Amino acid sequence: MLADQDRIFTNLYGFHDWGLKGALKRGVWDNTKALLSRDPDGIIDEMKASGLRGRGGAGFPTGLKWSFMPKDPDADGRPNYLIVNADEGEPGTCKDREIIRHDPHRLIEGSLLAAYAMHARTAYIYIRGEFIQERLHLEAAIEEAYEAGLIGRNACGSGWDFDCYVHHGAGAYICGEETALIESLEGKKGMPRLKPPFPANCGLYGCPSTVNNVESIAVTGEILRRGAGWFAGLGRSNNTGTKIFAISGHVNAPCVVEEEMGIDLRELIETHCGGVRGGWDNLLAVIPGGSSVPCVPADQCSPLKMDFDGLLEVKSGLGTAAVIVMDKSTDIVRVIARLSAFYEHESCGQCTPCREGTGWMNRVMQRMVTGQAHKSEIDMLLDVTKHVEGHTICALGDAAAWPIQGLVRHFRHVIEERIDEYTSNPASKPVAAE
Amino acid sequence: MSVRRLHNEQPASFAFTPENREWAMGQLEKYPRGHQASAVIPLLWRAQEQHGWLPEPAIRHVAEMLDMKPIRVLEVATFYTMYNLKPVGKHFVQVCGNISCLLRGADALMKTCEDKIGPRDTVNDDLDMSWTEVECAGACTNAPVVAIGDDYIEDLTGEKLAEIIARLRNGEAVKPGPQNGRFSSEPEGGATSLLDRQAIFEAWKTYSPKAEADEKAAEPALLADAHEEPELVEDSHDEPELIEDTRDEPELIEDTRDEPELIEDDHAEPELLTAPRGGKGDDLKRIKGVGPKLEGVLHELGFYHFDQIADWNRENIAWVDSRLKFKGRIERDDWVSQARLLASGEETAFSKRVDKGDVPSSKKGGA
Amino acid sequence: MPKLTIDGIEVEIESGMTVLQACEEAGVEIPRFCYHERLSIAGNCRMCLVEIEKMPKLAASCAMPAGEGMVVRTRSEKVRAARQNVMEFQLVNHPLDCPICDQGGECDLQDEAMAYGLGEGRFSEDKHAFEPKYMGPLIKTMMNRCIHCTRCVRFIAEIAGTEEIGAIGRGGATEIITYLQAAVTSELSGNVIDLCPVGALTSRPYAFSARPWELRKTQGIDVMDAVGSNIRIDSRGASVMRILPRNHDDVNEEWLADRSRFIWDGLKSRRLDRPYMRKGGKLVETSWDEALAAVAAKLKSTAAEKIGAIAGDLCAVEEMFALKSLLEELGVTNLDCRQNGAALDPALGRASYLFNASIAGIEAADALIIIGANPRLEAPVLNARIRKRWLAGGFKISVIGERADLTYDYNYLGAGPESLKTIVAGHEAFDGAQRPMVIVGQGAIARPDGAAILSQAARLADAIGAVSADWNGFCVLHEAASRVGGLDVGFVPGTGGGTVADMIKAAGSGALEVLYLLGADEIDMKALGDAFVIYQGSHGDAGAHRADVILPGSAYTEKDGTYVNTEGRVQLGARAVMPPGEAREDWRILRALSGLMDAKLPFDTPEELRDRISDAVPHLEQVDEIAFADSAALKALAGKGGTVASDPFRSGAADHYMGNPIIRASAVMAKCKALHEREEEATGTDA
Repeated sequence: MLADQDRIFTNLYGFHDWGLKGALKRGVWDNTKALLSRDPDGIIDEMKASGLRGRGGAGFPTGLKWSFMPKDPDADGRPNYLIVNADEGEPGTCKDREIIRHDPHRLIEGSLLAAYAMHARTAYIYIRGEFIQERLHLEAAIEEAYEAGLIGRNACGSGWDFDCYVHHGAGAYICGEETALIESLEGKKGMPRLKPPFPANCGLYGCPSTVNNVESIAVTGEILRRGAGWFAGLGRSNNTGTKIFAISGHVNAPCVVEEEMGIDLRELIETHCGGVRGGWDNLLAVIPGGSSVPCVPADQCSPLKMDFDGLLEVKSGLGTAAVIVMDKSTDIVRVIARLSAFYEHESCGQCTPCREGTGWMNRVMQRMVTGQAHKSEIDMLLDVTKHVEGHTICALGDAAAWPIQGLVRHFRHVIEERIDEYTSNPASKPVAAE
Repeated sequence: MSVRRLHNEQPASFAFTPENREWAMGQLEKYPRGHQASAVIPLLWRAQEQHGWLPEPAIRHVAEMLDMKPIRVLEVATFYTMYNLKPVGKHFVQVCGNISCLLRGADALMKTCEDKIGPRDTVNDDLDMSWTEVECAGACTNAPVVAIGDDYIEDLTGEKLAEIIARLRNGEAVKPGPQNGRFSSEPEGGATSLLDRQAIFEAWKTYSPKAEADEKAAEPALLADAHEEPELVEDSHDEPELIEDTRDEPELIEDTRDEPELIEDDHAEPELLTAPRGGKGDDLKRIKGVGPKLEGVLHELGFYHFDQIADWNRENIAWVDSRLKFKGRIERDDWVSQARLLASGEETAFSKRVDKGDVPSSKKGGA
Repeated sequence: MPKLTIDGIEVEIESGMTVLQACEEAGVEIPRFCYHERLSIAGNCRMCLVEIEKMPKLAASCAMPAGEGMVVRTRSEKVRAARQNVMEFQLVNHPLDCPICDQGGECDLQDEAMAYGLGEGRFSEDKHAFEPKYMGPLIKTMMNRCIHCTRCVRFIAEIAGTEEIGAIGRGGATEIITYLQAAVTSELSGNVIDLCPVGALTSRPYAFSARPWELRKTQGIDVMDAVGSNIRIDSRGASVMRILPRNHDDVNEEWLADRSRFIWDGLKSRRLDRPYMRKGGKLVETSWDEALAAVAAKLKSTAAEKIGAIAGDLCAVEEMFALKSLLEELGVTNLDCRQNGAALDPALGRASYLFNASIAGIEAADALIIIGANPRLEAPVLNARIRKRWLAGGFKISVIGERADLTYDYNYLGAGPESLKTIVAGHEAFDGAQRPMVIVGQGAIARPDGAAILSQAARLADAIGAVSADWNGFCVLHEAASRVGGLDVGFVPGTGGGTVADMIKAAGSGALEVLYLLGADEIDMKALGDAFVIYQGSHGDAGAHRADVILPGSAYTEKDGTYVNTEGRVQLGARAVMPPGEAREDWRILRALSGLMDAKLPFDTPEELRDRISDAVPHLEQVDEIAFADSAALKALAGKGGTVASDPFRSGAADHYMGNPIIRASAVMAKCKALHEREEEATGTDA
């Protein structure tokens, strides 16, 4: 288990004061000025050395991402922007919420440091509209930081001017996609943009922009204070540092907890969540990284290293590290069908395979729940997921396809049994609700 | 997929109140000149807050304010699902139906809504209430969850939601957040991490960034004392607000329901003392929700110290709860978290008031 | 100049091109729905996916910048499968109602489905259904067919500049709609019908009237304004069924104004289909022989100075040349083609009346001042070019005249000549402009002090450097399709001859006894006194009502004709259908008339006629060319000076839906006019 000394988010549960006073007592804003006296490229190098990979799902190396930003934004009159992605909406995921409502100053300080490293004088924190209380916390914390001179003109007395604004959404999962988020921030529908051009070249208002997840930004201060070596010393190569896990579903005590990257799944669940409901042997499967990644059946769950590479080995992914645990009482077909409904609901409708494919997949999935399908349709469905996957503008198409692929890969027999059951007694009531 | 279109009955006009208008103008300053369209989502949201739902004239009003074509604003209003394009109840219950909530009983919540409020997306005029299913609310470890107004109500069951609906109907307050006694997203029964105070409040001093002395002197004054020993960590930030702002009304939950049958369980019995350690117990009245009467009951049961209460797990709480007259108080006021702080020598907002003598019922010696 | 390999073919392309464009260079066809070369890139249909070496996923070729050394495959199994899959998705919710769809036969989706489709669908769920949306009298919608390519949304926002069409909702529930289903008001709206790759947006007036394969397609030139938009006239039998734009990069690109596109119902109503003569105060049907004999007799018996002729706004060069030749033979000098009284004089040199910068040249300009014109209403397609230039940035626009929504921002300098004087005196705003343009509209020059204003505009052009060795930014914006041609052939008063205003006055006073109106309807017919009026034209409009003899001519779709557009480009329009009834091609009428007058015109065939025209005006032979116009003429023009009145400049706006006999005969245009009047009332704009 990760030692408390190595935990970054010391107020994860909000047991202590989330305001500025409390934050100061937990070491946030500790001589930030000294950090801002460092060379911006030096900060980026430190971030690279820490091995931090984006905490929003894709796992792109954060330092490398920062290094794409123009070093001289005044050259062509286009300012650089930092955008913090607080549009947490991936089903199963609720880690950023804890940072925003319980440790907002860590996020604000991180924003200042990241913006400074990327020559950005403005940061927008885009928070999902549903997080109303969380937004109020964040806005209050920003106000405190302005009043204390920590941000604004001459932030922390460093000579660096930095503005930080909160912007909120209004109910669209797709705005978690970085270019959709930028579109939304510009006052449009959240429709992902084509890449290239990439945001670092042409993002918000046509200016160079970098979009980072809340957690990636919030850990910046600690990495810079403690040094890249400390962070890189946790976890394993290519999978370094600490990570906030959110474990939900069929465990005895669902929770959010910061742990070391690469922690074994069973250890994670048994240390912090009181174990799987009904015991480890009652485990059916987990979805280890939020709704978009394929599920992993119980027989592949022990041991299972909870990091990028460990989960890739079982054809899944770390995603947002939102672990959704399902015990043997779960109607796995219905669960995945619920996700299909979600992706249809959240498809922005821009590109053809996703707009049409999510609707198609969902409708077939809903029939599979009750068994009202032909077995040949399982392969057809799988084929449709393959056609959506990789053919869309953004990753939502892939995200809609993978859970179904995981289902068919591991639980085909359940679907088939369901169909048999229905076919043998078609007049009966549907097997599952809805 | 949901088809989101304008309602067929619309008000004749819409205008922001002067306060909202001023607020809206302030929003524009967040964005660079010429990019005022960025404010469209917040402005539409404010319009919805003002009107209760988002009517068509508000869409035009916002379009005019932002110098946008109305079709562009309509695109936004129909794209984002938090905009209610038709009337909703004064209490609008949004039940998360996504995966984590589904796994932990969202079905029961929706059943409760159907039973108590009526069909989905239909306003129950008698209750001035409506409900709908929403996609992932982002509070998955506290599933199942509903949002009512600006608050999340977490760790629910169908029965608890029914109670909440009843309370709302009676104009009573509802405590936001977890309904099962835990504080936030820590494991139920007590946190498994972040128990080391030294790690939280001291460790960071060892790697404080080095800087030149003169630079240090220029630091904002506010930061200067951060290196000193923390004194009061808790403050009013932590007190969750109640819906309809009826907090601090201890009578609220003192209802006269029948006591449920007690489930005796030896394992659930917490560590009990026959007398206070060292002859002197802590002042348990410094815990919000514990008055002189309850303190007496706790003493009778064998509790004299904050650390005893701080150690209660879920089963312990149930054990104690079953022996109290007023059920649910332990979880509602979160005695465990309070006691945890008090045991570590910190204060809570309530204990400060007790210490200052502001709380008559908690005065030394009782009232 | 990056080099790429596409399906094994090496191509060298201009940098900045996309992979799709590179494929076209290599002669490799890439299917597409959303991509359109004149609109911004959406990349949403995913039909154009190609395989690019070293890229993990297939790339949308329309949006992917072509890079040096790229190896692109468009015929691999992966690409073939992807196209098939995208096609399948497109058809998931698309109704199979091709037999009752107006797009049938010219539908991109049909074509691509044939080329890339599976042939059989696997989708067995119910299809989405959406109600048709109202978009006005021109656009008919069937939203079940929409494939969400957003071409229409992009066109209206980017090219038309009115942002009226949007895509509301999201996901599969996305719908194309206008705000509260209002009619689209853009004067370029019909183009969305062409752009729609499926049958979601179709032509309302044309609905269910023909199938594309039954139509004969003829290349014509539009005459509703002076842009000379290239059109395709689709006809069946004797009827024009619809009019579509033809691509001409230097003129109309591929756009067409609504009044040019939806005019064809006006070709069928109020037609003059036989000769008439006034007998006992009433117009009665007569024969060609009798009518022509009467005209010939009248002309022969009248002194040349008592005869006058006015050419209307829709005339082709041929008939103006023929009429001029005939009357000059008789010694008549009262000729004028400037029906609106514009103070343009061919004697000042061709540069004094042309849009010298050329339409495509707008894109090279770096500053613009518009004087007395509303290009949006007078020349919608040309206005789109101005907007295109404006969108590209670094283009400062100023306006003197009516303040109107032109779809771009401009600096408003004032309403009339005073403001022009001010800017001539102090034109610092144009300092630094290398290629400034001065657009002078008919509102500035079709007035008594027009010559002085034209001179002042020329002075302004000179002062701001709009006229230099390699740039001529002095631009007269015409409204009438016939005008430049008429000026080119010299259909203007000869020595001692009167202008339109003079002729009307003389007719009123009895000094002018015979007036030959060649399609001229926009003059005050009541002021013509007792003059004997001969009206030769196609429609029973003002001129025909006043006429003593009516010679039924042909509309622009019914004759081979030469037109010279506002920039001086010579273009030929071909005959699509025969004139109705006994109506004839106009030059043939004049040729026949000349035969009765011992003044036989020296041509019997169209070829001979054109030879004669070329002999007289050599540059009219150079079809699709703009002959050099010496800008030295402008110096002289600038020096002419003159006094100006203070009345503000009007614009041609009022005539947008009422400007000529064909428009006035069109019921569709009447609907548009009514719609716009309502709109103006509602919004309080006076544009």
